[in-house]
Amino acid sequence: MDAVREYLAMGGYAAFVWPSYAITALVMLGILVLTLRSLRQRQHALKSLEQAVGPRRRRSRRNEEAA
Amino acid sequence: MSSEAATQPSGSRSLHRFANPGRFLRLADAVLPWVAAATILTLGAGIIWALFFTPPDYQQGQTVKIMYVHVPSAWMAMFAYTTVAAASAAALIWRHPVADIAAHAASPIGAGFTFLALATGSLWGKPMWGTWWVWDARLTSVLVLFFLYIGHMAIANAFEDAGRGRRAAAILALVGVINVPIIKFSVDWWHTLHQPASVSQIGAPAIHSSMLWPLLITALGFKLFFVTVLLLRMKSDILAVRIKTLRMMSLGER
Amino acid sequence: MTSRKKRRITLLGLGLMALAGATALVLTAFNDHITFFYGPSEVYANQVPEDRYFRMGGLVAEGSFKEVGDATVTFEVTDGANAVPVRYRGLLPDLFREGQGVVTQGRMNGEGVFIAEEVLARHDENYMPSEVSEALKRGGQWKGEGIENGAVDSSY
Repeated sequence: MDAVREYLAMGGYAAFVWPSYAITALVMLGILVLTLRSLRQRQHALKSLEQAVGPRRRRSRRNEEAA
Repeated sequence: MSSEAATQPSGSRSLHRFANPGRFLRLADAVLPWVAAATILTLGAGIIWALFFTPPDYQQGQTVKIMYVHVPSAWMAMFAYTTVAAASAAALIWRHPVADIAAHAASPIGAGFTFLALATGSLWGKPMWGTWWVWDARLTSVLVLFFLYIGHMAIANAFEDAGRGRRAAAILALVGVINVPIIKFSVDWWHTLHQPASVSQIGAPAIHSSMLWPLLITALGFKLFFVTVLLLRMKSDILAVRIKTLRMMSLGER
Repeated sequence: MTSRKKRRITLLGLGLMALAGATALVLTAFNDHITFFYGPSEVYANQVPEDRYFRMGGLVAEGSFKEVGDATVTFEVTDGANAVPVRYRGLLPDLFREGQGVVTQGRMNGEGVFIAEEVLARHDENYMPSEVSEALKRGGQWKGEGIENGAVDSSY
């Protein structure tokens, strides 16, 4: 238990070491989460758009090819 | 795949293979799982090594633990900016659509790393130097880098004509690249409070191997993280372009 | 490569070169202001602004540190060639030690003593566990913090 406490104290510099790691984790995870969220949203939006627009488009393309 | 066919025309006009967003997407999807796995492995190993298996410094004690997040952040801040500038040059010269997307996808990640370099540096400076901040050449030039990133992100959206905005942002990115060597050599050219580089191409590193290896592995983890998130953001931005094209098409057909 | 692309490359290249030149000129012109501190030799050579605040950096000379009471300390800042006595009242950073780098801010009094109002510690680029530094010292391979490490290089 004492070893754990001593480790966490970081030689008296806990107030500087741990916030450094915390803010690093926060910023890196934050960027990752924001990126993934917008990617998912766009994937959904694209899918529903394709379902709405896709059939018409495909039909028109087939017509072009036939012509 | 109808979705890929839908946005092919803009890319297929280009002579360059990777300028084709559809081809880029397929490549990114093939590479992403591997890069993501490598990121988790190296970043996890590096941080665990740094936190639990590194000795305190003979002068700085346990505050040297901050080095393992501060130094990789600072390296990536400069690497990401170089990426933005190189991609901007490719976008300006070859009108390379994927390069343009890369420049804008990399910018926020670089800004994040620059913020981390400043914040963790401040947390390290207070106990060791005795101050959170000084206006020496190194710290000031890194702050300028942060504002360059912010400017790059802001300018792209500041113009009504999106194409013009992105071109203006690319030019800003190229102008700002002059700051990268200034940051790197500031500690050699001028007296600064910040110490000179410990790891450089010339001469042996001034860091003992028990601290150097975890530092290098963590730095590799940061770089892989950058590549992973860059690929995800580029993918996301390509999808956004497709959504826009499809929306315009559906409006046109109505 | 088409001539249009070649022209774009040439234009970008010329632009960047002009920019680099302009930046180099500006930085040279402001060299004195970019320098965060002066060394003791520059102080002796009267290269520092007189009767004005400035920063002086160097190593805390071995054996020069004294507590003179009333939370006041005196020590000497040296660059190996010259040393300037410093008087300071206030808190010292954790890394402040004899033989370590230091940057002080203040002004010279009439008697050649630098009256510091702020003392910052400056460390070098060497990192190692204390066992290693002790082994190096025992083995006589200790290079120390140092003048050769750029802590106190008075030539730019």
